[in-house]
Amino acid sequence: MSKNQLYWKANLALLFKCLIVWFLVSYGCGILLVDWLNNYQLFGSGYPLGFWFAQQGSIYAFVILIFYYVKKVNQLDKEFEVDE
Amino acid sequence: MSLTALTYLVVGATFVLYIYIAIKSRASSTGEFYVAGKGVHPVVNGMATAADWMSAASFISLAGLIAFMGYQGGQYLMGWTGGYVLLALLLAPYLRKFGKFTVPEFIGDRYYSQTARVVAVICLIFISFTYVAGQMRGVGIVFSRFLEVDIVTGLLVGMGIVFLYAVLGGMKGITYTQVAQYCVLIFAYTVPAVFISFQLTGNPIPQLGLGSELASEPGVHLLTKLDTIVQDLGFKGYLSTADISTLNIMCITIALMVGTAGLPHVIVRFFTVPKVKDARSSAGWALVFIALLYTTAPAVSVMARYNLINTVHPEITDTEITSLAYDERPEWMKRWEQTKLIQWNDSNNDNKIQSFNDKNKDFVDGVATDNGWVSDELKVDRDIMVLANPEIAKLPNWVIALVAAGGIAAALSTAAGLLLVISSSISHDLLRGTFAKNLSDKQELMAGRISAAVAVCVAGYLGYNPPGFVAQVIAFAFGLAASSLFPVIIMGIFSKRLNKEGAIAGMLTGLIFTMGYILYFKGVFFEPMAENIPENWLFGISPEGIGTVGMLLNFIVAFVISSFTSEPPEKIQEMVENIRVPKSN
Repeated sequence: MSKNQLYWKANLALLFKCLIVWFLVSYGCGILLVDWLNNYQLFGSGYPLGFWFAQQGSIYAFVILIFYYVKKVNQLDKEFEVDE
Repeated sequence: MSLTALTYLVVGATFVLYIYIAIKSRASSTGEFYVAGKGVHPVVNGMATAADWMSAASFISLAGLIAFMGYQGGQYLMGWTGGYVLLALLLAPYLRKFGKFTVPEFIGDRYYSQTARVVAVICLIFISFTYVAGQMRGVGIVFSRFLEVDIVTGLLVGMGIVFLYAVLGGMKGITYTQVAQYCVLIFAYTVPAVFISFQLTGNPIPQLGLGSELASEPGVHLLTKLDTIVQDLGFKGYLSTADISTLNIMCITIALMVGTAGLPHVIVRFFTVPKVKDARSSAGWALVFIALLYTTAPAVSVMARYNLINTVHPEITDTEITSLAYDERPEWMKRWEQTKLIQWNDSNNDNKIQSFNDKNKDFVDGVATDNGWVSDELKVDRDIMVLANPEIAKLPNWVIALVAAGGIAAALSTAAGLLLVISSSISHDLLRGTFAKNLSDKQELMAGRISAAVAVCVAGYLGYNPPGFVAQVIAFAFGLAASSLFPVIIMGIFSKRLNKEGAIAGMLTGLIFTMGYILYFKGVFFEPMAENIPENWLFGISPEGIGTVGMLLNFIVAFVISSFTSEPPEKIQEMVENIRVPKSN
């Protein structure tokens, strides 16, 4: 396999990992598991946890996730010498 | 100074700023006109994207929408932010690497087909005009409510401003005015929210205040309190997840996320940064700036609804609910009654205001009858949750003026972004790319300016005289972006095998299925063919969420047709390999 193909494979693996988290924080915690999570509160606040994920937490997680991906993929770019 | 004079002053000052930027950043080439010369810093582009993205609806209507939906409002919050993860991870860097000017251009080149390009242009124009008409309407409404002019004058002023910086400056002018507009709108949104949060909970940060205890009742959380008192008035609990179809809320959220990632006016913003890695981080910055408003909105929803109920029914206990006497209503109610956003009808002639859920039969027969209430007497337009916020919090007049300027900024920035993609798809994709290939760069720039000017006028007309589809922006714009454009763009990057036959068939399937389903229930051009109720929906999926099914159909059809037809040419497969790596060869 060429270096570019190896880079693409590594990138796909990273994307897959990130998209699983993306799905879990929003569709998982915010929708599918909302009733169960609502039995708990976000520590020290009046937020039922499922509600918090649906209206606050998922958004924070999205932001963190993008910057995590940016950092990791920039490292991949350097490692496989495909950066601009 | 009177409120109206002050509002004129603040709104006027922001207009002077926008015009100044427009004149300073005139576009002199097609590269500057379409993609701001690809020289925009990623953080600056993030800010411009946030303004581009957050429309009049986000600014004025989102909080009110959530306030009456409670938990389920989360579908809009997640749906309209989660798309940025898809943009940053799956689309923006690769389209930036492709390095051309428009979304249809990518589709046309990748699928080596003028037909694919023209189909993409048609989708783009329909989506963008639906969306822009709503923005122009928003400008007109803000003007008429705050500046006491009629809607036509408001529209004409708004069109004039957009005309100046979109036609003169193109993407370059739009980018820097959007940065200014972001600053105006986020300031206008958060200042009232901070004060209201502090008054109610003692915590000035709305995102934390929403999870805090009430200052007036230590030990009782704001959310719990609201959840209880809405039920005391016969409504569904604010936090309740009962009676919500999980499949439907999933489909709506997916359609909004994928639709966001497929909206051309959002995608092209990432063509303006210098490098591939800038496109990735820029999407992150865009979401940071968007999240500032989107995490504040649910706090505004809860606090404004709590304040409203608390004003009308100051005491709600198990045994008694007191009602506000009409003569003692606060100033802000009187003011918004004049605009008809609040209307009172004393159905039981007791000179007091009652607001409750008169569609809940048990409640009407029980509590309401016991108290001598006949019907819900207060009609409240949902937009009031944002518009009247500063007055409810007793903030000074300049904050009210600022909210007007913020609403206008949100509408103008989105309108300009949409008008630009419309004009560039006409001048670049239809004229230079298809029907008039021998245009010079200078002629194309002129064609771009003329189509921008025409698009402004059409948008203004649609804003004044909105056709039925404008009210269905969520279903149409997001559903169609999700079902027609997104699948072919993403497969163009992640599949080398997908060919032109598959792409065209997929796009048309997604488009026709989604549009057909929406029209079937919403009518728009004719009477709806079936009542828009869950019993009639396919698998219980509402027209707002059907884009998700359209998207799946698009993927399936595209793959099946591709596997029966010939592979894309060698040259195209090389192009796909090339856009997957940041380095240029």
